[in-house]
Amino acid sequence: MAEEINAGCARPTGGPVGEPAPKPTPEKENIIKEVMSMIKVGKKAPDFTAPAYHKGKFINVKLSEYLGKWVVLCFYPGDFTFV
Amino acid sequence: MSIDSIYVHKMWNDNELSKMVKGGIPFAMLSDAGGKVGEVYGIYDEDAGVETRGRFIIDPDGVIQGYEVLTPPVGRNVAESIRQIQAFQVVRASKGTEATPSGWKPGKKTLKPNPDMVGNVWKEWKTEMAFD
Repeated sequence: MAEEINAGCARPTGGPVGEPAPKPTPEKENIIKEVMSMIKVGKKAPDFTAPAYHKGKFINVKLSEYLGKWVVLCFYPGDFTFV
Repeated sequence: MSIDSIYVHKMWNDNELSKMVKGGIPFAMLSDAGGKVGEVYGIYDEDAGVETRGRFIIDPDGVIQGYEVLTPPVGRNVAESIRQIQAFQVVRASKGTEATPSGWKPGKKTLKPNPDMVGNVWKEWKTEMAFD
């Protein structure tokens, strides 16, 4: 029987059942660590592009195009997630 | 920014957020499929496949001045984010000669650190100022 899921801010997710996925090689872990350490106060924000919805239009946003302005970049778990 | 597509962003804005904010969300709602940008910013939760509540203040030179990361169930304090931006703007305008002590908000005294102030901050700043 399918189990009912409670609605909460942590978005319900699933995943493969059975044997666990192979662990990443140490080499890959090092790369992730390197990427994570890019974020530091007083250091440059990593540049990126991302598609966006803005006032009725679909646009492409590039962070570096906002140089000269103050930017607040907010991440959140997902649309319709209550908080 | 979230992992949702721009089409879901449109639906959320048009069907719900526009009922909370007149005219809809005034800023761009970015889509980060797969959490690639979130991973670089260190806020992507690989296990849940979503991004946590990370908020980054980036100055006009593209430098990160501050960030805050919360787990999903707790919302942010927007007024505090705005206060921090105002404080960073004051510091920037002074070219680093002024600093905003704990509890600072617009209109309150800044500090101008100099050699004579070492050990004498207590004369300029009282603990109550952190809370008023």
